[in-house]
Amino acid sequence: MSAERARTLAPFGRRVASVSAVRRLGAYTILHCADAAGPRPDAGQFYMLATETGWGGGAGQRPFLPRAFSVLRTGPEGELQFLLEAVGPGTARLAELAPGEGLWLAGPFGLGFAPPPPGFSALLVGGGVGIAPLAIWGDQLGPGPRVLLGFRGAAHARGAELLPGAEVATDDGSVGHAGPVTELLEAVLSAEPARWAVSACGPAGMLEAVRALCARRAVPAQLALESGMACGFGACFGCVVPTRDGLLRLCVDGPVLDGARLEHVDHPGGAT
Amino acid sequence: MSVRFCGLELAHPIVNASGTFDLIAARRAFGDAVLHDFPFAAHVTKTVTLRPRQGNPPPRLWEPPAGLINSIGLPNRGLEGWLEHDLPLLAELPVPLVVNVMGFTPAEVGTLVQAFDARPEVDALELNVSCPNVETGLVMGADPAETAALLRHVRPLTDRPLIVKLTPNCSDPAAVARAAEQAGADAVSLVNTLRGLALSGGRPWLGGGAGGVSGPAIRAVALAQVHDVAAAVTIPVVGMGGVRRGQDARDLLDVGATLVAVGTESFRDPAAGARVARELEAAPGR
Repeated sequence: MSAERARTLAPFGRRVASVSAVRRLGAYTILHCADAAGPRPDAGQFYMLATETGWGGGAGQRPFLPRAFSVLRTGPEGELQFLLEAVGPGTARLAELAPGEGLWLAGPFGLGFAPPPPGFSALLVGGGVGIAPLAIWGDQLGPGPRVLLGFRGAAHARGAELLPGAEVATDDGSVGHAGPVTELLEAVLSAEPARWAVSACGPAGMLEAVRALCARRAVPAQLALESGMACGFGACFGCVVPTRDGLLRLCVDGPVLDGARLEHVDHPGGAT
Repeated sequence: MSVRFCGLELAHPIVNASGTFDLIAARRAFGDAVLHDFPFAAHVTKTVTLRPRQGNPPPRLWEPPAGLINSIGLPNRGLEGWLEHDLPLLAELPVPLVVNVMGFTPAEVGTLVQAFDARPEVDALELNVSCPNVETGLVMGADPAETAALLRHVRPLTDRPLIVKLTPNCSDPAAVARAAEQAGADAVSLVNTLRGLALSGGRPWLGGGAGGVSGPAIRAVALAQVHDVAAAVTIPVVGMGGVRRGQDARDLLDVGATLVAVGTESFRDPAAGARVARELEAAPGR
């Protein structure tokens, strides 16, 4: 195996971070926490999160496993921000957190985004809660990246406020372009196909459309994938996705994969 | 807290369950800190088979109440690749190394046992017998006669400690444990995961079909089986199943285990093994 890209290492074990703020943004919740003991993550890296109290023991004795979240943004003094939508027992419990409560976290894990190849401009494409890693990636790239974001409707499209200047598409046409974000992508790539290097994160269907569009035009693409995970550090072998190199563990070999390594993005989700 | 197990001197009684801690991947995520603060008193590897295995198609995980259902399918490099790539990295471990092996016939298990017997880095072997013998169609670890036949074949091939990992998916694990002891096993470990089904929208969810249940959901079942097996044999028992805290480990020791393995809890807390060992020191015994 060739030498792999450097990644920011996680402190061994898990630690408690104190929730410093909770913001609501349309359909989403943004958790701010103070991870003074942790390193600054790379854009695209993720953490395994669980609440310090009340994780499990509720209806159905779930959640049990921690949940994986890409970091949305970092702030001073070890602040980490996470974007979540309450769609299952784990995300619902996380969304209930109040300032001062504890958050178990382990990470940062995985390989994040790589800079665009020389001569290319960054084009960020996100869908739904998958816009999260594009915010920190935009922060790290500095001014300039073009950003295309897709959402279901107006409540979710509030998420676009996290990436000022983004062009927005909604499925129901309530905000911006009516239709999938990949229609915006197709227009941008058609105009200047040789200019862009794409970084994308979103639901599997969107990522597959991004992958196929970029492959057809030979546009470099990095895709941040999602998969059900139990551990986040390569122990459980549960998060594999099919690639041209066989089944890869998304937690240690991803979650950001070069689009050229994928034949098709069609991964199932995990516990929510 | 130090404990002797099959001639090995261990700093404390907490080890990992096979397939729940991958030191090589953990070093990619945590760096050398995981070696310096290695959480277990011995490291049990994920199962090694004779030929490489890709494992089961995803999805591989499901979250049932208070636990995990997995259908991983024993992905590994196969014996040759494992000896070349994995063993040199595991040789840096600060604790004894137990290699878990599985074969589809007694002869295949024998090949694996002989290969590891030749490697000084390997301190003990654990036999995963939760798979069918392709020659008889019987799960080797579910039938006392199958288990005895396997042990009679592999026992003469090595002087290293042989631990038989028992399956809970049979009618009488204690009878299998007795057969293993009589045929020369040095220890038994249990429980492996309990067979379970993850259903989503009325259909099996896991790519491999059925899966194995672990976590607190199976703790009471594991406790009963460890109790029964420990009462049936004189060789040491490695107890496991849903251990989250020191008191859970203490319970398994109280019913006769010599060592306790932490499995699924390491997914929630990477350093769980060290924490359970610390908590165990403070947990009152019987």
